[in-house]
Amino acid sequence: MNKPMTQIPLPGFDEAERLWKEQYAAQIGTEREIRNRSGIPVQPLYTPRDWNGAGYPGALGFPGQLPATRGIYPTMHRGRAWTQRQLIGLGTPEDYNRRLREILDAGATAISLIPCNSVYRGYDVDQVDPLILGTCGTTVNTAQDMATCLEAVDLGRISVGLNDPLPFTLLAFLLTVAKRRGTPWEKITGTSNQSDYLSHFVANHMFFRIALAGSRRVLTDHIEYMNRYVPGWNPVSVVGQHMQQAGATPAQAMGFTLCTAIQYAEDCIARGMAPDAFLPRFSFFFDISISFFEEIAKFRAGRRLWAKIARERLGAKNARSWRFKFHAQTSGVDLTRQQPLNNIARVAVQAMAGIFGGLQSLHTDGHDEVFSTPTAEAARIAVNTQNILREEAGLTDVIDPLGGSYYLETLTDRMHEEIEKVIATVDAAGGMYAAVEKGLVQQMIGESALAFQRKVESGEQKVVGVNCYRVENEPPVKALERPAREAMLSQVARLKRYKAERPQQAVNDALARLAAAAHDPKDNVFGRVVEAAGAGATHGEICRTLRAEMGFGQPLVMV
Amino acid sequence: MTVNEFARPPRVLITKIGLDGHDRGSRVVAAHLRDAGMEVIYTPPWQEISAVVKLAMEEDVDVIGVSSLATDHLLVPKLVQALRDAGLGDMPVIVGGIVPPDDEQALLAAGVARVFHPGSALEEISTLIRNVTSERRAKAA
Repeated sequence: MNKPMTQIPLPGFDEAERLWKEQYAAQIGTEREIRNRSGIPVQPLYTPRDWNGAGYPGALGFPGQLPATRGIYPTMHRGRAWTQRQLIGLGTPEDYNRRLREILDAGATAISLIPCNSVYRGYDVDQVDPLILGTCGTTVNTAQDMATCLEAVDLGRISVGLNDPLPFTLLAFLLTVAKRRGTPWEKITGTSNQSDYLSHFVANHMFFRIALAGSRRVLTDHIEYMNRYVPGWNPVSVVGQHMQQAGATPAQAMGFTLCTAIQYAEDCIARGMAPDAFLPRFSFFFDISISFFEEIAKFRAGRRLWAKIARERLGAKNARSWRFKFHAQTSGVDLTRQQPLNNIARVAVQAMAGIFGGLQSLHTDGHDEVFSTPTAEAARIAVNTQNILREEAGLTDVIDPLGGSYYLETLTDRMHEEIEKVIATVDAAGGMYAAVEKGLVQQMIGESALAFQRKVESGEQKVVGVNCYRVENEPPVKALERPAREAMLSQVARLKRYKAERPQQAVNDALARLAAAAHDPKDNVFGRVVEAAGAGATHGEICRTLRAEMGFGQPLVMV
Repeated sequence: MTVNEFARPPRVLITKIGLDGHDRGSRVVAAHLRDAGMEVIYTPPWQEISAVVKLAMEEDVDVIGVSSLATDHLLVPKLVQALRDAGLGDMPVIVGGIVPPDDEQALLAAGVARVFHPGSALEEISTLIRNVTSERRAKAA
């Protein structure tokens, strides 16, 4: 057995290093400094001078053990490859159910539901201009709509990712459907994506929001309720993706995300919940840019930091609480409208970075997302990109296969330090909630976004087809799939019928109890949302009620 | 109107109408225009068309820039019409973001001055704004 650690001086090392330095300097001439997106300088070569494995047990260890750098499970992708979780959502509940059954027939075990932007903004179909209805996701306004979406889907077997910002009406509809079908809530698994309201205030203003304080209350109620009644559900997905897509550097995005998770955990602890009761159900969602090594290092460093934070700062004793489970999505911002098929290559590289980073679940973007929601063909290529990486390329054969690289280990340590600096900045501002309230996070992200754009324009950051390797006269893009106007108008008619046929008094009573709960700290707002959904209330009515009681979440925007 | 009036920097309204709130593009463009010496009025997303018209009038802007990353650009022809109805038919409206080619043709036909796509240079945007501003002021003068 070879000695696992390399010690310097090695015989001949210093001499060889000196010679290389001379040759390199002579041949390279003057060189501009290279820094990655997080601002970390990148050397031309890494050697045991930079990282020599001496700290292996403390810095890396083994998969499934602390410090968790190499993965959260002993078997990682060799035991079970990542989950392919493609986002789907288009048109009516019937359209959605049709697409869903195709995916399930193809072997998917996990599904997602992306609602229409009108749903994100807290509206029913009859409250928005029909021109833009259903063009970005499915229109789901009632428990009845959800039943249609999930027809022939066994909720006790299929994991569901709902893009469902607070007050989590889609989940309330899903729980209603399960109850009516006799599926025990204990058997339901899935995730409340878009539950991270802080990320909506700082980076992605597409979601319904009530004022900050109310949002904080509703999320904590939601975690407490799901913990008690649907223990297999992940009530929180802490989102770094929005922030990085909005312009945060990879280190900033990871730092802010960990700070957000700390904030939510501390809010639960303040509520009297034990860390080990809720932390095993925390999950994360990140962006994967094309900055390949930086992204891998970001995930490895983040995983190590979270294990430490969960254990030391939050006081979790259960190893499941330390696990940094994350879903990742390839970066849409890195994709280009110019020569769009090039995006297939970009997505493959981004996906590889996420896989090497040890993700649990992956969404690969369609190459045509720069034009619209992906076409069926682009979605198939995106899924097959994952299939090729998993089945053909051998990426799942070895756990953390880049671990031990002089470069990657050095970079992981440097990213770790950068992320810690971000956490220290947020801590100094009083934590993530306070930092968002003050606009600090928004300002940092805005500055990074502008700085990156300037690099693209100066040509320092190359983008193929945009600032280099351009072609004239690009071929026209194929026509889009858009839901039929009549189908959307029929949705409006259906909602009207639904409202006419439901027991109105029960709906009124449930909405009144929801309104009262907003002012009663002993009540659980999410529990009242579930009750209202079951009584027949619509998404728009539930959102309107809470917004009236808790205030509108004004964007905290600055330029 | 004096010669000085032409030297006055363009006043630009940067906004988002409809439902979507992805605002990286609108913020970056707004910050660039500000740094380029223009006066920028920036709104949060989700503006009503009537609110945009009112703001454009009250703030006496030269150009309206609408950012659209989902499908809210489909509403822009309604904005153009509302501007006409309000007597601001000469106000150039530019659109930036993810706009499919067929939709772009429809927007241009509806009177939109220009559609900028991802990958457009910030300089290109500020140059266009200066040009349409001078043209409009020259006509008004």
